[in-house]
Parts: sequence; structure tokens; C-alpha cells
Amino acid sequence: MVVVLAVLHQDVWNWNSKALVLGFIPVGLAYHALYSVAAALMWMAALRWAWPSGVEAWANETGEDGEVSQ
Amino acid sequence: MSLALLSAAPADRTPLFVVCGYMVMLLGLGVMTQRKFRGTSADYFAAGRSVGGFLLLMSVFGTTMTAFALVGSTGKAFDQGIGVYGLMASSSGLVHSLVFFLVGIRLWAVGKRNGYVTQIQYFRDRFQSSLLGWLLFPILVGLVIPYLLIGLLGSGIVVKGMTRGMFPEMFEGGAVPPWLSGLVVSAVVLFYIFYGGIRGAVWANTFQTLVFMVMGIVAFFLISNKLGGVGAATQKALEHAPDHLSRTGMIGKAQFLSYGLVPLSVGMFPHLFQHWLTAKSAKSFRLSVAWHPVFIAIVWVPCILMGLWAAGLAASDPAFNPPSSNGVLPYMVAKLVQSPLISGMLMAGILAAIMSSLDSQFVCLGTMFTHDVVLHRVGKDRFDDRQRVLIARGFIVAIVTITYLLTFFPPPHIFDLAVWCFSGFASLFPLVFASLYWRRVTRAGALASVIAMAISWFWLFYKGLIARPDGAEGDYLVGGMMPVAVIFAISTVALVLVSLVTAPPDERHLARFFRSGEAA
Repeated sequence: MVVVLAVLHQDVWNWNSKALVLGFIPVGLAYHALYSVAAALMWMAALRWAWPSGVEAWANETGEDGEVSQ
Repeated sequence: MSLALLSAAPADRTPLFVVCGYMVMLLGLGVMTQRKFRGTSADYFAAGRSVGGFLLLMSVFGTTMTAFALVGSTGKAFDQGIGVYGLMASSSGLVHSLVFFLVGIRLWAVGKRNGYVTQIQYFRDRFQSSLLGWLLFPILVGLVIPYLLIGLLGSGIVVKGMTRGMFPEMFEGGAVPPWLSGLVVSAVVLFYIFYGGIRGAVWANTFQTLVFMVMGIVAFFLISNKLGGVGAATQKALEHAPDHLSRTGMIGKAQFLSYGLVPLSVGMFPHLFQHWLTAKSAKSFRLSVAWHPVFIAIVWVPCILMGLWAAGLAASDPAFNPPSSNGVLPYMVAKLVQSPLISGMLMAGILAAIMSSLDSQFVCLGTMFTHDVVLHRVGKDRFDDRQRVLIARGFIVAIVTITYLLTFFPPPHIFDLAVWCFSGFASLFPLVFASLYWRRVTRAGALASVIAMAISWFWLFYKGLIARPDGAEGDYLVGGMMPVAVIFAISTVALVLVSLVTAPPDERHLARFFRSGEAA
């Protein structure tokens, strides 16, 4: 999904367009504003389905919280 | 600010009173932070690893957004049009969250497990190399210091521009001089981080992030209202500055593509590393990962539109003449809104964006000098917990003082340095990523990668900034691409090739950094 979004970031089809969306926002800006929302939705999905399970327990294994090691 | 602004906004001192009130609020926040401080080094350097999701989201967002978020984005859109959002903002939304998800959570876990508070502690331990730390230290500090200078110098320029005419008998041009505004900003930031350490920075960042987000939106609605609505404002830009509505002639396709590497810099920001370590749990990262792209849109989209409208106004009305690109937003507020109160609130918002990055960087450098130089050199057992905090406070005072003094002797092209600093951090990203996900990466590979990055960065920096002919316009590009693409590639190749031809690291050592059963 990240790769698909990275490809979709290169919106060459909007490169020359000066069309307005909703009468005030240029299409090149509207596309990338929606892209930001799509990125947030994708990350919400990643948090739900690709969460690194067990990382919390692993981090707490040694119980060294706060102790500074060199 | 220009004479045109003066004619629009009388030398009313209300904006300065608003900013003074804002500074007093920050000092109050510093006092509150001091009351929460437990007196331990764990609390001072990592906020006791107790920061929850909302505070982490706000503090990390505030740290990554500099003054550029409000004034720079508006100014850049004024110069280069709406393509700036795709170039700098939407790519950051995707990449920053990717870095938080893949690198931030993992570094938090490794950091908590092994008790790190600085990046260099992690790299020294991970690669069993003190030398790597000594090599990274000047590079990381050298890349952060210009960033600090830009913040302090930027605050001086903003305050000077917005206070012109207020004190005709005291200061030249009647404006608060940069030495005074820089002194106040440094003193206020120092106050709340001196007592509270990273916790002070987290709380202040949260407050300041809310301030600059709200002020950007307020400025947007007030300005669009004065221009007859968003539709009329954009229509004017379409008629008089049509090239600003597309990317043609403004941004190259290879430049647009290669700029996507720049946001990887957050993976190697030492101040962000320290913020990640403050997280209470891995779940604290969830809000940052999910909402960071939306927050970027909330701040940037209105600013890009205001920059576009300003381009339309400048092309159609000779009386609309902003003093500089970075002065476009304050100029629009003063010229169009004509409310000293709103001007003051906007000035506070701009300073909030600047200070929310400065504080974390000051704390981080103090922490690095304490741990990566002093304690590493003389041994951590030489000092008790209380003494470590005292040493850090001493370093923070010294760094704030030195940075402030450096603003009197700014290096040439200081404001062009930002993208070079980000490119340097981004080109170190392969190192941090490999250290977390590739067991085969070796000490020699890490050293080679850092050295290759430093040499290629200096080479291109010399060609692109120092030796560049005066008057050359636009970003320095290599084959149409941002220099980061070349430096990143060289650093990655050095890391991989040298790792593959040197002996693999000890598996027992790696067990401290990888969960059992993990591949790679």
C-alpha cells in the first residue's frame, strides 16, 4: 500500500492542469490534499492490520526503564 | 516590514503586547513543568518514558514543523505556486508516518530495553564502536546548529518586521532589533527546558503546536473573507498569476520525485529520537502515525492557498508589494486584516512554530554533550543522578548562549542551509534503517556509510552553495534531481557493499536488538 501511494504521489497527469475543484482549489493542490487524507487512512489500516505485535512485551523484558547506559 | 505595511498598520504596540502575553504563558508553563519534575535524570532526559499518545503527536508534530510551516510555505507558494504542497507536504505526510511506524516504534523498544537516551548511545552499542559515535557526533551537531540559527534569526526577522515603527525613539526604524527578540526567545525557551528538560519541551510543544495550527486557520479565514471569499481570491490568481496554479515551469518532474527522499531526515533527527524515547508505550505512537499527514494538511493547505492568492494580488495590484517571500503572510495579515490584535496573534503563532523546534534541539544537544561526550569519556559512574542533570543543564545554558552569540555572525546563505541539513540527515537514514532491520550490517559498513555520506555531502554542498555563482536562481539540482538523491545512493551503496565484504556481527550481540525468530 505504501508503494502504491508512493507511485500515486507522482501525479504527472495534473502537472499542467489549472482546473479548479469546488471553484477555489487548483486540482494539483486538491489532489495532494486528498492524498494526505488517503495516507492517514492507509496508516490507520496499517495500525490495525500490521501492528508489530509483541514489541511492547519485548521492550519491557529487561525492565531497565529510565536507566541510562553508555 | 515595508513602508507599505506601515501605511496599512499604524505603529500600534498591541501586537507586541500580545506576544509578551504569550511569552508569559510559556513561562507559566515552565513553572508547571518544574512542579512535575521528579529530579531524576530519567525524567529530565526521557520524561520518565511516560508521554501518552496525544502529547507525543503534538510534540513530535511541533518539532518537525518549523517556522517554515507558516511563513515559509506561504512564501514558497508565492514564488513557486501550488506544486510546493506536493513537493514538501504530502510527501512528508506519507514518509514521516512511515518512519514513525517502521523506525520510531522500533527505536523506542530498543531504547527502552537498553536504557538509551541518545541516538549515539544506540549506534555505539549496536555496532560496538566508540569511533562511530565520535564520527557521528560532529556530523549530527553540525547539521542541527544551522537549524537552530535559522530559528533564532527567523524570529528576529519576523519580530523586527512586525514591530517597525513601534519604538521610533529607542531603536533604528522603530523596530525591536533581532538581538533583543533573539535574547527574549532564547531566555524563554531556556527557562522552560532548564527546569523541565524534555518534559518541558513536550508540554510547551503541545501548547505551541495548538497555537500555530489555530493561527494559520484564523489567518486563512480572515484573509479569504477580505478577498471576497475563497473562490474570488483563487479566481484573481487564475487571471493574473496562472502559472502558479500548476507545476509547469515551476518544479521539474525529477526534482519532484527526488524530493521525496528529504522527509526521511526525520529518521535521523537526534531531537526526534529523544522525543520517541519519551513514549509511555508503543501504542503512544498510534496517533502520530495516523494523524501526522492530516495535521500537515491542516497547516499547509491554507498557507499554500494564501501564497497563491498573494501571487495573484502582487501581479494585479502594484500597491501589494510584500517585502520578501517569507514576509508574505505577515504582510497579508497587516495589509488586509488590519487588526493589531490578529497581527500580534499571528506573530505569536509564528514564534510558536519556531520555538517548538528550538526547545527540543537545545535539550537534545545538552543531552548529547552530557552522555555522548562527558559520561562516555569519564564513565557514567563518576556522577550520580543529580549531577548528571546538573551537567546537562550546564550544557543547555552553554549551547543556548553560544547559539545566541552565533546569530551575530551568521554564515552566508544561512537560510539556504535548511534543505542541506535535511539532506544530510536523510542520507544517514539507510544507517538507522539497516541497524534495525538487517542483521548482516557491520561496524565497517556503518563507518563506511557515514564517511561516504559526509564526503559526498560536503562535495555537493561546496558545488551547490559555496561555489555557486551569485545570482543563480532555484534549487541546486544534479541531473534534475535534488542532491539528496546522489548522497543517499552513495551512502547506501557504501553501507551494503562494505557490510557484505566484512565479517558478520556476533549473533549473541544481535540478540539484544532483534526479537527472537526475526528474519533479515
